[in-house]
Amino acid sequence: MKRGFSFPMVFGGSVIAATLLCALLAPMILGYSDDIVMTRSMRAPGAEYWFGTDNLGRDIFVRTLSGARNSVIVGIGVAGLTLLIGTAFGLLAGYFNRLDGAIMRTMDGLMAIPGVLLAIALAAILGSGLYTVVIAIAAPEIPRTARLVRSVVLTIREMPFVAAAISVGSSTPKILLRHILPNAMPALMVQATFVCASAILTEAVLSFLGVGTSPDIPSWGNVMAGGRQFFRVAPWVILFPGIFLSIFVLAINLFGDALRERGDPILSGRRA
Amino acid sequence: MARFLLWRLLSTVPVMLTVLVVIFLLLHIGPGDPAATLAGDNATPEQIAGIRARLHLDQPLIVQFAIYLRQVLSFDLGVSVFSNRPVTTLILQRAEPTLMLAATTTILSVIVAVPAGIYAAKRVGRFGDYVVMGLSALAFSVPVFVLGYLLMQSFAISLRWLPVQGYRPLSAGLMACLTSLTLPTLALTCLFAALVARITRATMLDVLAQDYIRTARAKGAGRLRILIVHALKNIGVPVVTVVGTSFAALLGGVVVTESVFNIPGAGRLTVEAILTRDYPVVQGVMLVFAVLLVGVNLLVDLSYTLFDPRIRHGGSR
Repeated sequence: MKRGFSFPMVFGGSVIAATLLCALLAPMILGYSDDIVMTRSMRAPGAEYWFGTDNLGRDIFVRTLSGARNSVIVGIGVAGLTLLIGTAFGLLAGYFNRLDGAIMRTMDGLMAIPGVLLAIALAAILGSGLYTVVIAIAAPEIPRTARLVRSVVLTIREMPFVAAAISVGSSTPKILLRHILPNAMPALMVQATFVCASAILTEAVLSFLGVGTSPDIPSWGNVMAGGRQFFRVAPWVILFPGIFLSIFVLAINLFGDALRERGDPILSGRRA
Repeated sequence: MARFLLWRLLSTVPVMLTVLVVIFLLLHIGPGDPAATLAGDNATPEQIAGIRARLHLDQPLIVQFAIYLRQVLSFDLGVSVFSNRPVTTLILQRAEPTLMLAATTTILSVIVAVPAGIYAAKRVGRFGDYVVMGLSALAFSVPVFVLGYLLMQSFAISLRWLPVQGYRPLSAGLMACLTSLTLPTLALTCLFAALVARITRATMLDVLAQDYIRTARAKGAGRLRILIVHALKNIGVPVVTVVGTSFAALLGGVVVTESVFNIPGAGRLTVEAILTRDYPVVQGVMLVFAVLLVGVNLLVDLSYTLFDPRIRHGGSR
């Protein structure tokens, strides 16, 4: 397929890098700026406050930049957790016929509940910490990853090199991790980008609906949720974090698309 | 055909059973006593004990699940803790706006996205393809609620063309109903159409790579003729599949959109129930949505038999 760097890859890559830098540095340089200054509440965007201020007089520019950190943590955390558990289930279901039915029917069941709804319910029940939100968002994403890994395992395990590994007496864990898993890696990397992008969106939705991280942990979703009641008078509170979030998610999606185009042609169209 | 039908129907049983287990366990995975969770923050110990006894929460888990299963099978989804009314009644009352919104979104999305997806597949790797794919990537990178507020700000608040929020029921007239749903439908269509366009493009690329397309080309059929006569005949299955696979995303989007536009539908009901910790309602809506999802996928699979004679005559499935 295509080699070299395409526009989506360069654009996606640089936006991701810039956001990661922001997530790392912004809280150090700007602080979290939770200083509530009622005398400057609801200022429109201008020279002094670039993105305006909210009802409590907090600077939206500072909050948007520092919100990047928790949104990125949620994105990466969910992608990592989903990949870890989904891969484990996928490997087991694909390699051991006896486990296949049980695992995949459970996954089908989980997939039958709309993901956002399951995440909302889990977040409400588990509580509003950063880690519980990560778990709540990851749970509905696991079945898709498990399916993906399983489908790769099903094709790979029939390959001659697997038979060769069995015949020289390699242990089953070694066959799974050393011979089969590496072949699933390209597909998993692409999957990881999409899970990360959708996790950041879901986090915003959870915060917006009032079941996300608590307000003292600023994330893009959280900052936007704060502007919900004042939308008509102060639309900038939702608008600017929304724009940042959208550009970042778009960058991840484009990067993932480009990654898939570069990779194995078999993988294209695997995303359901 | 009959065997396929029966097999497909039976295959939904384990899926639904898993769904029921997950929904049932939801109440038990949280920290603390489920009875206290259900009773709310200001409940007296007597009230908590009452709930525990009434909902059989003092029984072993497996017995509780059996009771839950029997209830669900007799279409009893329990009683709302908050309003003390049957959950089924609450959901039925809120069903119309949700179904209307889902229907308008699906129709608009198919009209916009299926041609866009076919066009992108036809122009693959060229400018038109990049435009369609770029726009679809953008559309599902923006949170539905941000889109909703943007639309609301421009068309309802600034231009005053459309109502800001709320829902007019069908009984107030079809036009009034559709007008109130215009902005929510547009917001949700952006998300849904992006998904549909992408999947249509991928499936169309598959169809165009088939042997019979090459045969048609070899015998000298024109491009348009290939697209319309040979490829489009096979687009029925993809379109139905697309709608089926994206249905979960649609239901999720409905929950958010209803909250933004203050539409009193089943999605709004769920969010209200979650904020008031009214778990029987949450569990009920989740179950109904899951049944809808499984039902839609069942219909999708059955529709294959209409489009594809290989399945109808008991092929490899």
